[in-house]
Amino acid sequence: MQFGLSDSQLLLKDNARKFFASECPMASVRRLMETGTAYDAALWSKMAEQGYLGIIFPEEYDGAGLGKVDLIVLMEEAGRALLPGPFFSTVALAGAVLSEAATPEQKKRYLAPLCRGEARATVAFLETGASWNPADVRVASANGRLSGEKLFVTDAAAADFLLVVAREGVYVVQTKAAGVSIELMNGLDLTRPQYAVRLSGTPAEQLGNSEGLARGLQVGAAALAAELVGGMQRTLEMTVEYAKTRKQFGKPIGIFQAVQHQCADMYLETESARSAAYYAAWALEENSPDAEAAVSIAKLYASDAGRTVGNRGIQVHGGMGFTWENDVHLYYRRAKASETMLGDATFHRERLARLVIDAHGALAKSA
Amino acid sequence: MDLNLSADERSFRNEFRTWLEANVPRDWPEWREKPLEESFDYLRAWQRKLYEGGWAAVSWPREYGGRSATLMQQAIFWEEMARLEAPPMANALGLGLIGPTIIAYGTEAQKKRFVPKILSAEEIWCQGFSEPNAGSDLASLQTEARLDGGHYVVNGQKVWTSYGWIGDWCELVVRTDPNVPKHKGLTVLLLNMKSPGVEVRPLRQMTGESEFNELFFRDVRVPVDNVLGQVNDGWNVAISTLMHERGSYGARLHLLFKRNINRLIELSRTFKHNGCPAAQNPLVRQKLAQCYAEIEIMRLNQLRAFSRITATGIPGPEGSIQKLFWSELNQRVQQVAQELLGPYGQLAKGDLLAVDNGIWSYGYLRTRGNTIEAGTSEVQRNIIGHFVLGLPRSY
Ligand SMILES: Cc1cc2nc3c(=O)[nH]c(=O)nc-3n(C[C@H](O)[C@H](O)[C@H](O)COP(=O)(O)OP(=O)(O)OC[C@H]3O[C@@H](n4cnc5c(N)ncnc54)[C@H](O)[C@@H]3O)c2cc1C
Ligand SMILES: Cc1cc2nc3c(=O)[nH]c(=O)nc-3n(C[C@H](O)[C@H](O)[C@H](O)COP(=O)(O)OP(=O)(O)OC[C@H]3O[C@@H](n4cnc5c(N)ncnc54)[C@H](O)[C@@H]3O)c2cc1C
Repeated sequence: MQFGLSDSQLLLKDNARKFFASECPMASVRRLMETGTAYDAALWSKMAEQGYLGIIFPEEYDGAGLGKVDLIVLMEEAGRALLPGPFFSTVALAGAVLSEAATPEQKKRYLAPLCRGEARATVAFLETGASWNPADVRVASANGRLSGEKLFVTDAAAADFLLVVAREGVYVVQTKAAGVSIELMNGLDLTRPQYAVRLSGTPAEQLGNSEGLARGLQVGAAALAAELVGGMQRTLEMTVEYAKTRKQFGKPIGIFQAVQHQCADMYLETESARSAAYYAAWALEENSPDAEAAVSIAKLYASDAGRTVGNRGIQVHGGMGFTWENDVHLYYRRAKASETMLGDATFHRERLARLVIDAHGALAKSA
Repeated sequence: MDLNLSADERSFRNEFRTWLEANVPRDWPEWREKPLEESFDYLRAWQRKLYEGGWAAVSWPREYGGRSATLMQQAIFWEEMARLEAPPMANALGLGLIGPTIIAYGTEAQKKRFVPKILSAEEIWCQGFSEPNAGSDLASLQTEARLDGGHYVVNGQKVWTSYGWIGDWCELVVRTDPNVPKHKGLTVLLLNMKSPGVEVRPLRQMTGESEFNELFFRDVRVPVDNVLGQVNDGWNVAISTLMHERGSYGARLHLLFKRNINRLIELSRTFKHNGCPAAQNPLVRQKLAQCYAEIEIMRLNQLRAFSRITATGIPGPEGSIQKLFWSELNQRVQQVAQELLGPYGQLAKGDLLAVDNGIWSYGYLRTRGNTIEAGTSEVQRNIIGHFVLGLPRSY
């Protein structure tokens, strides 16, 4: 039993940190977030060269064939760098869903181009009710064509195709297809824009194994929890650094316990979120019976901790933390958007309650 | 990263599981809620059984009666104990804190003399650190020991001494040199509690019991052979004890936490709120799920910390958050229990309507002590701020 990264995972983490630091420093993040889609084609092809875009997908689809823990490691570094653009949407959402829900032939056509960096994609799930419960989906297919409205679709404008969750299953919809309109929603996170997608009689191809959707989204949720951990880590680092250098009353503010204890709590929350995210990835990789519970635990904890770590970080930065110029708020914005994406803490606590409280729940101990 | 058990770990688990299933006492639930004074002999007998099976202190080196178990095997040990809801062991401080300190700092003669009787629960140990004027600031303690021929003569007072009332021996920190900076003049003595001049007074806690005591020393003579470690190096010896206290306690406590949450879930299915089982109340579900999640995270943090220590030989930063995490979590869990049980939550042992014979009203009060004992939460946050994050010392 060994609950820590392997040497190759540590190497991956280290390389990813260096890669993002040199290829996408904060100056680039700020430049990209003003561009609308936050997508950078040059950066994208470099990420393809690194093997990041196909990290968890089999080599037969031009992926790197690594495991879910490797994905989590990479997502953590992407989160720490506040990587803008459709990486999460393409790999951890659309890629993961394709990998679980598409036929081998569909994977050749849709997943392989994602791995090679030739296409980008995302998942369209939420509707006006903003419910992550599949039973609440209203968009329906008629004669192989989809109509209806999807909201909060991340990175849709940068995507070549969408995976649209409809009542009958999951469908591939080309963004250039007839009857697709994509309109920016004015969300807080400028680095990962969200869109309203309207479909009217749009041609669509159904994925062969739509039951795979749930598991694909679990991979996405674990990845998102890890991305949140990376953001928390960076917020903690910036805050501790500031507390060591900013002086008031003739002393670094980090000497005051009111400040020190905020930092200690940020550390506790970040490390705890990290333990939960790593475990969720491992449980998914191993098909452990508690994988679904582990994912919910990781996401519910990270959703709350991402916000509270940000709250504390801004507070310790004082007036500086309230400025546009300081980077803390950019992480804070991302954390707010990620908090609700794929289900907020309340949603995942209820999901966990079904597993552990309800008598028919898989993990419930008989009373 | 691989959380599957290795072959060694699996055989360790199977061996212990088989032993435990055959030996764990079945009547523990009848004893569990009794005051420690009443159940102590029961727990002593249970520890003796574990000792005879070779399971009392798996983490200790083989030569001292342990199994030289890896940290992961220790985690497995406690998980198995939790799974079968086994009783705790009587000599908790001797096994968890003081035995390991004696093994690390003791002379061969001290190890031979003390270690086997710690294991067998023949001699119960207590920890005499805190004083009325030295709590968080332990190094400022005033109990003094003067050398007089072959003995140290001890005068002073200790307080909050858990197990003082039953203790045969005490790990006592005293000041042997008042003329040097406070950390430099301390020494640890192994004190026979039956020595003339030792007075043990009960100290009643807010829970009503007297789990801890006040100790008074008047001209108590301790042979120099009972100095643990070097004279005036007592600070390092004491810190080693505290590291054991803060480091591994979490793995053991998981046993209690898991039982608590399982029991609360069980209660929520039958306990009614507004005529419906509380388990159907969305707010109760949210709170139980949050507790469940955090208890799981406590386990995961512990496993990560153990892996880190195994890989690097030094306790990683994760270790420092454990004490803070479990103590505050335990308070949150007890608060949720109170919300679930409503007015029944306050009923204490002896009341016919008390739920589970009053463990929840007791637990509600007892957990207030968790954020004070073994280093307060404020002190733990100072430690993280300074030693882990590198912020300047505030005092
Ligand atoms: C929305 C907004 C509007 C404002 N408008 C005005 C205005 O109109 N005019 C004006 O003059 N100013 C204004 N300010 C500035 C405001 O008064 C300062 O930001 C505030 O006093 C904090 O000072 P600081 O930003 O330098 O933070 P710092 O003093 O550097 O504090 C940083 C962190 O350290 C903590 N800290 C500092 N000293 C101690 C201590 N001794 N003990 C414990 N913790 C400590 C702080 O609580 C904070 O968390 C405004 C600020 C904001 C956010
Ligand atoms: C149930 C229980 C069992 C115990 N068992 C034992 C035992 O077996 N043996 C033993 O030796 N001791 C034992 N203790 C004592 C325990 O170790 C002390 O209570 C603890 O270290 C705190 O010391 P204190 O009570 O003197 O509080 P103080 O140190 O006086 O602290 C009072 C308050 O001030 C805060 N404070 C103090 N210093 C700082 C600082 N530098 N920065 C910020 N805040 C600060 C504390 O956090 C606390 O909130 C036990 C205590 C309890 C509650």
